[in-house]
Amino acid sequence: MITLNVNGETHRVDVPPDMPLLWVLRDVVGLNGTKFGCGIAQCGACTVHLDGKPVRSCILPVASVGARAVTTVEAVGQSPSGKKIQEAWLALEVVQCGYCQSGQVMSAAALLARNPNPSDADIDAAMAGNICRCGTYSRIRAAIKQASQA
Amino acid sequence: MDKPTYARVDGATLSPSTRRRFLQGGALLIAFAAMGRRKAWAAGEEPSLRMLGAGDADKDGAAFQGFAPGGFIRIGRDNSITLIVPSVEMGQGIYTGEAMLIAEELEVGLDQVQVVPAPPNEELYQQPLLKSQSTGGSTSIRGAWVPLRQAGAAARQMLIGAAAAQWGVDPAECAAQRAIITHRPTGRTATYGEVVDGASRLPVPKDPPLKDPRDFKLIGRSVRRVETPSKVNGTAVFGIDVQVPGMKVATVTACPVFGGKVASVDDRAARAVPGVRDVVRIDNAVAVVGDHFWAARKGLEALDITWDYGPNAGTSSNGIWADLKARSETGQPVQARRDGDVDGAMKAASKRVEAVYQLPFLAHATMEPINTTVHVRPDACEIWVGTQVPTAAQGLAAKEAGLPVEKVILHNHLLGGGFGRRLEADSIGQAVAIAKQVDYPVKIIWTREEDIRRDIFRPAYYDRIAAGLGPDGLPTVWTDRVTGGSVMGHYFPGGLEQGKLDDDAVEGAKETPYRFPAVQVDWVRADPPVPITWWRGVGPTHNVFVVESFMDELAHAAGKDPVDYRRALLQHNPRSLAVLNLAVEKAGWGNPLPGGSGRGVSLHDSFGSHVAVVIEAAVDPAGLIGLKRIVAAIDCGLAINPDSVKAQLEGGILFGLSAALYSGITFAGGRVEQSNFHDYRNLRINETPPIEVHVVQSAEGPGGVGETGTVSAAPALGNAIFAATGKRLRSLPFRREELRSQGSGRDVLSKGPAGREPADNDLTRLARTGE
Amino acid sequence: MKRWGLWFLGLVAVIVVAAAAFFFLPHRLDAVASPGPAAGPDLIARGEYVAQAADCAACHSVPGGKPFAGGLPFTLGFGTIYAPNITPDKETGIGTWSDAEFVRAMRHGVGKAGEDLYPAFPYAAYALMSDEDILAVKAYLSSLTPVRAQAPANDLKFPFNQRYLMRAWKLLFLPGERMTPDPSHPPEWNRGAYLVEALGHCGECHTPRNALFALDQERKFAGAEAAGWKAYNISSDKQTGIGDWTDRQLTDYLSKGHAEGRGSASGSMAEVVDHSLRHLTPEDIRAMVAYLRTVPPQTSDLAAAINPNPPAAKAPSPYAPPPDENTRETVGLKLFQGACASCHGWNGEGLQHSHAGLAGSQSVNDPKGTNALNVILHGARMDTPDGEVFMPGFAAGYTDVEIAAVTNYVLGHFGGKQAAVSPADVAAARR
Repeated sequence: MITLNVNGETHRVDVPPDMPLLWVLRDVVGLNGTKFGCGIAQCGACTVHLDGKPVRSCILPVASVGARAVTTVEAVGQSPSGKKIQEAWLALEVVQCGYCQSGQVMSAAALLARNPNPSDADIDAAMAGNICRCGTYSRIRAAIKQASQA
Repeated sequence: MDKPTYARVDGATLSPSTRRRFLQGGALLIAFAAMGRRKAWAAGEEPSLRMLGAGDADKDGAAFQGFAPGGFIRIGRDNSITLIVPSVEMGQGIYTGEAMLIAEELEVGLDQVQVVPAPPNEELYQQPLLKSQSTGGSTSIRGAWVPLRQAGAAARQMLIGAAAAQWGVDPAECAAQRAIITHRPTGRTATYGEVVDGASRLPVPKDPPLKDPRDFKLIGRSVRRVETPSKVNGTAVFGIDVQVPGMKVATVTACPVFGGKVASVDDRAARAVPGVRDVVRIDNAVAVVGDHFWAARKGLEALDITWDYGPNAGTSSNGIWADLKARSETGQPVQARRDGDVDGAMKAASKRVEAVYQLPFLAHATMEPINTTVHVRPDACEIWVGTQVPTAAQGLAAKEAGLPVEKVILHNHLLGGGFGRRLEADSIGQAVAIAKQVDYPVKIIWTREEDIRRDIFRPAYYDRIAAGLGPDGLPTVWTDRVTGGSVMGHYFPGGLEQGKLDDDAVEGAKETPYRFPAVQVDWVRADPPVPITWWRGVGPTHNVFVVESFMDELAHAAGKDPVDYRRALLQHNPRSLAVLNLAVEKAGWGNPLPGGSGRGVSLHDSFGSHVAVVIEAAVDPAGLIGLKRIVAAIDCGLAINPDSVKAQLEGGILFGLSAALYSGITFAGGRVEQSNFHDYRNLRINETPPIEVHVVQSAEGPGGVGETGTVSAAPALGNAIFAATGKRLRSLPFRREELRSQGSGRDVLSKGPAGREPADNDLTRLARTGE
Repeated sequence: MKRWGLWFLGLVAVIVVAAAAFFFLPHRLDAVASPGPAAGPDLIARGEYVAQAADCAACHSVPGGKPFAGGLPFTLGFGTIYAPNITPDKETGIGTWSDAEFVRAMRHGVGKAGEDLYPAFPYAAYALMSDEDILAVKAYLSSLTPVRAQAPANDLKFPFNQRYLMRAWKLLFLPGERMTPDPSHPPEWNRGAYLVEALGHCGECHTPRNALFALDQERKFAGAEAAGWKAYNISSDKQTGIGDWTDRQLTDYLSKGHAEGRGSASGSMAEVVDHSLRHLTPEDIRAMVAYLRTVPPQTSDLAAAINPNPPAAKAPSPYAPPPDENTRETVGLKLFQGACASCHGWNGEGLQHSHAGLAGSQSVNDPKGTNALNVILHGARMDTPDGEVFMPGFAAGYTDVEIAAVTNYVLGHFGGKQAAVSPADVAAARR
């Protein structure tokens, strides 16, 4: 049994220790907002926060989460930076198919939390690991800037 | 900005019992089919939605009470308004666009409605342009433009009629706004919910008058998309997110060689993996079912499968290219078009230019990997999936399950990208074949590797194009020979007869924006030994790259500016000329650029729209391409939701640029050599330049949009690279290695790092040492 | 004069006959004793452990293939040798070998038919093994399921295809006797010496070779290059070897393939950890460390010494590069942003898995970038106590220029080294 703190709730899960957090969230805890994109940490669709820091849950062994608080897209709006990011995403109509956007929102919220006024270069460094096939990148950039002004 | 309001969206919000009621409630249907046949509509019949496959009896025992004047609209006594949109949402904003068409005439706000996708039913939801219930080819708005507005108008007329009858007043004195009917002289009001019973008893008007576009409140304005909130807070339900009670999760590996089969499987190790429940073998694949995806994947890795690779074990990209070249030169072409004295004009030309262009196989790589959830029961098959072709999927599933089609219940969901991949139902058929061997619901998810390797690919093409120029440098004759596989032959049941033209193979080549005195376009069919299908931008993505690159070659051969050269050929085509002029004006065409930089333009008329794109790119001495700026202009007629049009252009262009720079599926030993985003690469945010999209104000009927940006991308970039370097790249993906400056370090350095300060030391050094 | 001539002719004849005898007389097949008290499952279990410690699987399996079924190619300057099938298949494996034949192969490099084996098979190390261990390995291999798989024939140029020449090589370089404990050292050290020298055959990669492809024992463990990878200096030199590694770092690296502040094993060393070292008991790992500590220091490339304060150390967090690097936005940095930073982190700490931590890694401190380049091109994988860790290879998706740029960025950022990996180096390393 592994104990996880996800979005403020405690979950006890009976899973293999090397099972990636992504699949524990999706298939055991039942939170499907976090997405499977590549399974090799190349696309960022699975990004969640551990103690507010972004990680790629598709390759994060659940046993290594420990006592750190897991936050997923379902709850990121409860943090000030997550709320600002979600609002800016809506205001600029960033989303197209939306499948990568959970990860984009999580990466952007983590960026804004540690850097309230990110430059273009800061946005590149924080967001280049998140792939969007629909090509929403220019709106993502604009939305992060708008969120930083909010 | 107005305070945003949103419609509610199906998926998460529609409970199963509501869904059942929705499916079972008696309904009068105003659907696409009605426009063609008008039978149901005219007769005022209420074709039961039971035939859609709602197999279970309604456990609540309650049928829908309210107003359902057709396949697109339901209004409850509680004022709940549901719009059933015929097209699937895969990012293009069509839930919103189609809801806007209905809502505009129904006089409701998008914040007052719930939008749900149509269940499979060809009778009701056949798309008039595609002649099937499908979403693709940038046809949705064009197909829905009249019928959906008519549906809204008819319903509004009935609701007003019911209120007027209740009040005993002239309907002409009543008006509706935001789902409230007002009798203007008295100011009396009624909500739609209050009059649904009366409205239900009224006949459906035949040809309800439509609004004058000047009175549009929604259409033509940028509105917030209805499903976006769910996509930023994690509540959106894509096919992969479906959870069904008792469900297990599986993953699958098919034979790595197309056409190969399973010879034998040793599954002892797989079954020993904790959490693995079953190992299921089908003709060409093996699936492992587990309590969760991780168990299934570990189990799959533990399988020891012996394959019978079949006849394609020797397939290689080199062989395919050699075959395409040989067939291009010696094969029997199917003529698409021949106008004027082609041979004579070619002989008389004062200059002849010819070139060969090559385009690779492409995977779709939707962000949401292929997945299907299926529960096969003895009497029914229930499917949860995101598909562009719900009825085709239903039919294939019925065949696979051995059940009548009405016993297959298909729940369609949001698609995490389509791009043509989900026009195919192969994975749904496979999923049913797997699921019918187990007695519980199973969600089958392909790994990204499986998704790339078992994709159905955009075909490779080998195109030979030539032109003769007159004394003024303009083309007097134009010939374009396309060689490649037939997508329509693959796609349509029964295939395409040999000798028949595949319109897709020559779309964008047969008709160009330009006028030539003599023109010949033909196609040599060369079906590859791997499956092929549609890919975003379809025919034009392929052909416009060739046409627009070659147009630049001709301008260069004639010593003319590429924009001026095109203008000279567009005097008959004012809409294309206008978007060209708009794009180049906004891009500052002709303004000086730093060394090593260049602008390229592309122009096309596709999907009923006219699009010009200017890309500014810088090429380093090391051969690295930097995208600097993108300017697009589109005339798509009346833009329903202009911000969505812009978004589609932005995204479509980047999708095309990813492919132009990085994408190509290759084969060796019958196997796909790419597997995931590390080797099937995608453009990233730090490579993305500023993009401007200018939407031409137009009163013309709406054109298609979703594909158009992708079509524009590769030729505009190729032309920009030529402008920057003088090198013409005729193969996709662009062979960036060819752009490396050769020669001494001095030569390389003299060019300078394009468009940048020479502070980029690693590049200059690379260029110097890179022989 | 005549007598002198006859004497000379006679001498030549004797030499010719002696040489012929040396090169062509059949090898002796000495009888061997039974493997000792262990038998049955115990013997097999011991054999499995010894086979792991001797890392037989690394060479006698192809990636993704059946273990011990052979077929792995060894591309040498003068041709290709293929590892044979050592499963107990009677036709294509070693199913018909006697104990004596097996011991002779391990100790003398002689095949079943009496042919001389090439020293790609490290019998110069295995010659130091005890008969008991060798026979335990045989018992273990015999317990496996036979796999029918004929390894491809070797493809060697003349004169390297003349097996008898190996006799001369063996005469020069093959140890005459098995290892005996050195009473001046404690048993732990002696066990370590046996594991490192005989079973682990560490020197085969980590010791430079002389002109005759034999190990230059004067430069023991000074580091060498093999199959395009660098095997680093593992002598006790403090600057260029492992002299200043802590015991914890050494045991972690050997048993898990990663040590905090020392990076992760990759390439052949990752395979060694995967197939061999991670299966060893903590006592045996400690014994190896005890022995390695006493290997005399050898100084190797000072330019590759670990830089304790590279730019990565100035990164504010794993999530952002140092501001001055970020504003420069070089190609290498931009590629790293997209494809690398999600796992490696900007400060070298390693995200998701500690194995992705690059801080203090030898590979990113070597300005030639040999191993870094190989890993970037071809990827890496390893099984660890926390599950599989892996990195995809980026060869197919990125050009030579891009790979060179990101490699140089990595060496500069994490190693503080002015690296000059060129596109031509990348092209060569693609193989």
